Amino acid sequence: MSKDKGKGSEKDIGSHKLFDKRVKQLKMSDDSLIGLYRTMCTVRHFEYMADKLYAAGKVHGTMHLSAGQEAVAAGISLAVQPDDYLINHHRGHGHFIAKGADINLMMAEFLGKDAGYNHGRGGSMHIADFQSNNLGANGIVGGGIPQAVGVGLALKMQKRKEICVCIFGDGAANEGVFHEAMNMVALWKLPVLYICENNKYGMSMDVDRAVAKLPIAQRADAYGIPWACVDGNDVVEVYDAMKTAVEHIRSGKGPYFVEAITYRYFGHSKSDRNLYRPKEEIEDWKQNRDPIMRFTKHLLQSEIIDEGQAQEINAQAEQVIIKAVEFAEASPEPDVSTLMEYVYA
Amino acid sequence: MPEITYLEAIRQALWQEMKRDERVFLLGEDIGRYGGAFGLTHGMLDEFGEERVLETPISEATIVATAIGAALLGMRPVAELMFMDFVLLSLDQLANQAAKMHFMFGGRATVPMVVRMPGGSGSGAASQHSQSLESVLMQFPGLIVINPSTPYDAKGLMLSAIRNPNPVCFVEHKVLYKMKGEVPEGDYTIPIGVAEIKRPGRDITVVANNVMVIKALNVAEKLSKEGIEVEVVDPRTMLPLDTETILQSVARTGRLLVVHEACQTGGWAGEVIASVVGSPIFDYIDAPVRRLGGKDIPIPYNRILEKAAVPQEADIEQEIRASVEGRI
Repeated sequence: MSKDKGKGSEKDIGSHKLFDKRVKQLKMSDDSLIGLYRTMCTVRHFEYMADKLYAAGKVHGTMHLSAGQEAVAAGISLAVQPDDYLINHHRGHGHFIAKGADINLMMAEFLGKDAGYNHGRGGSMHIADFQSNNLGANGIVGGGIPQAVGVGLALKMQKRKEICVCIFGDGAANEGVFHEAMNMVALWKLPVLYICENNKYGMSMDVDRAVAKLPIAQRADAYGIPWACVDGNDVVEVYDAMKTAVEHIRSGKGPYFVEAITYRYFGHSKSDRNLYRPKEEIEDWKQNRDPIMRFTKHLLQSEIIDEGQAQEINAQAEQVIIKAVEFAEASPEPDVSTLMEYVYA
Repeated sequence: MPEITYLEAIRQALWQEMKRDERVFLLGEDIGRYGGAFGLTHGMLDEFGEERVLETPISEATIVATAIGAALLGMRPVAELMFMDFVLLSLDQLANQAAKMHFMFGGRATVPMVVRMPGGSGSGAASQHSQSLESVLMQFPGLIVINPSTPYDAKGLMLSAIRNPNPVCFVEHKVLYKMKGEVPEGDYTIPIGVAEIKRPGRDITVVANNVMVIKALNVAEKLSKEGIEVEVVDPRTMLPLDTETILQSVARTGRLLVVHEACQTGGWAGEVIASVVGSPIFDYIDAPVRRLGGKDIPIPYNRILEKAAVPQEADIEQEIRASVEGRI
């Protein structure tokens, strides 16, 4: 695990011998590796489909797509338990899919349908599934960070074994509540895993122009919270860091902070014309550092799957998304007579 | 029935509910060893321990957020903001988060929490420790805003607030803390969203909240001797507001005055008046409807200026007389 920012060159991807060694050290089964690949393919297809649906005029509101960041979502999900709590940020589709959300209900929500997770009240930015301890995405940058203090506190009070995973972006780390919350989770030794998904831009603001001292994760030192900064486009490295963090937290030692350096391919939201970053930069990440491409190469080289299987899994993932769109499109709109519902419990 | 203060009534409610329901816990600044800035939680640390009387750093946004997170996991947090003014530091968590969760998540999340906040002027605490911000909080559907005026209401409404599945802002008034009144020792609740006619009268309806209820009652007592019978309506809950009780009262009296300490511009009196003049009972109104809010200035420090900044009994009396005598 490196503490410097992942450069993602061919050298950094490493030989498949090194990959084999790490996988063995981490005791990752072939099934779990294939599962990671399937998750990443599913997220990628969801995001490209979302973009396609938007282009086709089928999406009413905004969306924040995570294509390019799939390794972070997949790596986290393998390290945690299904009943661990998740507090997510606005670019959250990938994390929800990786946590095992029902993709039909996600897609229905994305299209604003009554069958969606939130009965069409939330849309892309607020998907939540309280049945599976997915406490939802947040439209206020950093809004979920302090809520993790309360979730962690309740878990401690209720003497439960679950932990709270709270994911936010590099932009959110500059909100005041970030510091309030870091102090309190450390003070009370709460079972909270803070994950800063650093995709280099807060909307258009480059992280180098927004953060006085990098990496962001080193701020955890100020609160005595152990931290790591990893290559977020290397799914095995992400898993490795998350596994260490989760073991630390579950053993009762308090919070942990992981920063994962990654990159988003699409703009911030639907209005983004990518005026703030060179096309070459986007192409470089796509061609040379893509998390799925890198991982596929390893899986093939290490003969965990062959080319045909890789294509088959990818095609199955695509089918899941196509079916979800069919489900969502066939679902009814919320009835206007229900407008005033859900304001008060 | 024992007589206790408004402050003791709230403490009694917290105490009894913590005994009854182990999910209830308190969190806030200086609520433990210090007993709270106003002494409201005095003795509770010794009784319930550090886990349930949780002292926090000075981090208002995260105090409210912590209550939200714990509430989502089935706890019943009661957070204290030392002064109502500090709610502005936590307004994102209260207004953008807690208030919207049930709705935004399609009815699948509930946030049963209470945020206590002492507001109001009269203690020489100056501009940043004396505001009445209930009108601000009324702009956020999903929140409940409670504003008791008596010890009896304070206890019964606090018990209702803790048992309610929604985020509740429990607005106390600093000047009322020492006011005594009869409060049953046992368990009782007062329904949320239900106004009370604190004094019946045929000549004019005065709608007032918290300390203004007490002032209006004093004025009503005085005017009664002259044969002017004032009906005092206390909404008790500001959001959702019981406009029905107010409308029925105005339909009977034909005159309306709304009094609050909050700044007049954008204050909730405008809301009450709009409900009345926009309803069929407008036909029953015999005189121009009136409002008496706080002056549109920050609350000043100086005792004389502070008093002049918010409605006093003489102002209320003058307004009532103007209405009853048919002056504009």
